[in-house]
Amino acid sequence: MQKELLLGDEALAQGALDAGLSGVYAYPGTPSTEITEFIQIQPSAINGDVHSKWSSNEKTAMESALGMSFAGKRAMVCMKHVGMNVAADAFVNSAMTGANGGLIVVAADDPSMHSSQNEQDSRFYAKFAFTPIFEPSSQQEAYDMTSAAFELSERFAVPVVMRLTTRLAHSRAEVVRGEVREQNELKFPEDPKQWVLMPSNSRERYKRLLNDYAAMESEAASSKFNSYTDAADRSVGVIACGIAYNYLMENFEGNAPFPVLKISQYPLPTTLVERMASECDSILILEDGQPVVEEMLRGVLSTPIPIKGRLSGEVPRTGELNPNNVRQALGLQPHPTRDASEVIVPRPPALCQGCGHRDVYKSLNEVVAEYDAAKVFSDIGCYTLGWLAPFHAIDTCVDMGASITMAKGAADAGVFPSIAVIGDSTFTHSGMTGLLDAVNEKSNITVIISDNLTTGMTGGQDSAGTDRIEAICYGLGVEPEHVRVVVPLPKNVEEIKQMLREEIEYNGVSVVIPRRECIQTAKRHNAKK
Amino acid sequence: MKRDIILAGVGGQGILSIATVIGRAALNEGLHIKQAEVHGMSQRGGDVQSNLRISSSNIASDLIPLGCADLIISLEPMEALRYLPYLSVKGWIVTNSTPFVNIDNYPNQDALNAELGRVDNSVVLDIDTFAREVASPRAANMVLLGAATPFLDIEPQSIEQGIIEIFNRKGDAVVQSNLAAFRAGYNHTKERVNE
Repeated sequence: MQKELLLGDEALAQGALDAGLSGVYAYPGTPSTEITEFIQIQPSAINGDVHSKWSSNEKTAMESALGMSFAGKRAMVCMKHVGMNVAADAFVNSAMTGANGGLIVVAADDPSMHSSQNEQDSRFYAKFAFTPIFEPSSQQEAYDMTSAAFELSERFAVPVVMRLTTRLAHSRAEVVRGEVREQNELKFPEDPKQWVLMPSNSRERYKRLLNDYAAMESEAASSKFNSYTDAADRSVGVIACGIAYNYLMENFEGNAPFPVLKISQYPLPTTLVERMASECDSILILEDGQPVVEEMLRGVLSTPIPIKGRLSGEVPRTGELNPNNVRQALGLQPHPTRDASEVIVPRPPALCQGCGHRDVYKSLNEVVAEYDAAKVFSDIGCYTLGWLAPFHAIDTCVDMGASITMAKGAADAGVFPSIAVIGDSTFTHSGMTGLLDAVNEKSNITVIISDNLTTGMTGGQDSAGTDRIEAICYGLGVEPEHVRVVVPLPKNVEEIKQMLREEIEYNGVSVVIPRRECIQTAKRHNAKK
Repeated sequence: MKRDIILAGVGGQGILSIATVIGRAALNEGLHIKQAEVHGMSQRGGDVQSNLRISSSNIASDLIPLGCADLIISLEPMEALRYLPYLSVKGWIVTNSTPFVNIDNYPNQDALNAELGRVDNSVVLDIDTFAREVASPRAANMVLLGAATPFLDIEPQSIEQGIIEIFNRKGDAVVQSNLAAFRAGYNHTKERVNE
């Protein structure tokens, strides 16, 4: 079979397609975006055999995928780790309903926070909800595991989490494809109670889920993706989860001198961990992200043998793993290196030259300077870069949609002017409900929806509310005379400033919409023409 | 064979076009490849790098360990220096000489040149000038790839085949332009190293 050079994200996507995927649902988020983008350009997606359109947010994506699973088809939902927070209600309860057609929940974690606001570990969510996890260590495994995950999902009637980290998601390697499977036929669930989570039904479901969870663990103990490799030096045994296995092997050129337990499928197989604990003098745990396995082994009371990892300091408490910090944890001498250059300076990212957000921030900064105590609550997107030089324009950035609701809360507390800056895609993702709250209380806030007609930061995906932003604002009850549109260009700065002044002075909810296409997507559109 | 390469530059300069060609050539040669890329926030004009590993045997890590890179290929001189701790003691730097200045505190040009001069095993060239002379400015990245190819342990014919396959859908003129740029870079390094 022909080898292809695929990103971890793409390998997973190809695996899903070859395993009979009927639909992918997702909201863009680094490092998960390329999964859905890969599927969108395949003939089966273009001709409509496989659903691949973007969803408004991770919760709507999760629920749509669950609906497709209900109908007996194989569905996948993809998100970055913080998207799991948005989808959490639907996700945790999907473990209670269970799956009908195979259901994979892809959570792409971002240890070291390359493009994120925290480094939460999605394995906690899966454990919390009692679902199995697959954590590939290579692009080939990402491909192979997808069909295994669908199969497991259907056999146990449970959603399965596929956990990636940035490094695997965005790294390419050669992948060999396997057999291609047909999509499932429509087939409805046999147990009518299963999908109605009323308390009486849920109590039954919960018992069954806990029972099944034990069986899923036995399954993981014999999984081909997990392995126990014995070796002579038993002074330490190493548990290497997911991609950590590669960093371990990098330091021993494929042959570790001590026992290694490779974990790529969870629930954590207790029998294999017990074997290591009984045969080795100590255990070193290598896991990318947070110390999930380490905390499981450590518990609260002291353990019979020493356990080393992120909590005990052998591995850095924060940040992603790499060959170097794993080398140090293994007690090996560092490779000889050259000194770092003292000439270099940091080069932080910045808003593109010609970007409309620049004109918005220039205008906003000048208006804000006219007040003593204006506060600007911003949001998740390219415009978060407004915190950096040269604008230093924003006071907060927390989570999708928080700009509007935080501005409201601050206004409730007496802050004036209380200004929100949010992008069009983030507004339809999680800003609309907050705007309704503000309208209902006639909160004194000014909301800037900086509309670049795309989801910019993740590379220019379709934005759910394009051409309907004003209509949405009217529908939520913002007074039409206080929904104002302007074109963010350097020549219009005075116009934008005047509009902002007027709307700040209006005592109530006003929305200013600076609208101009993202210059990156505009370049692409022009190149096509 | 085994080559660990760090590709460096500024978001938007297109370091991945170089990685794509090397990757295609390596795949054609039946070699193993791992190529870690940067997507997301840093792409907006920040520093970006890609770890490209090629080997005739299995590759474990997607990331190159400190002190183990055989080659740094950089589209920007300061960005070449950023990854010095990754370069092995015997490794080479091949970099464009033209700074990309999008920050206020960009280092003084003389200090930068002096620092590059202190690195043993470096090839510093103005890829845009080469590209303008032999092809088109758009082919500058292929000048850099050509200049790095003598250190790749892959035959230049294989890299040329990679260029042909990658640029084929853009038409023959684009292919020929990129090949010319590639050869100019390649010849520059061959002459420089044979001096």
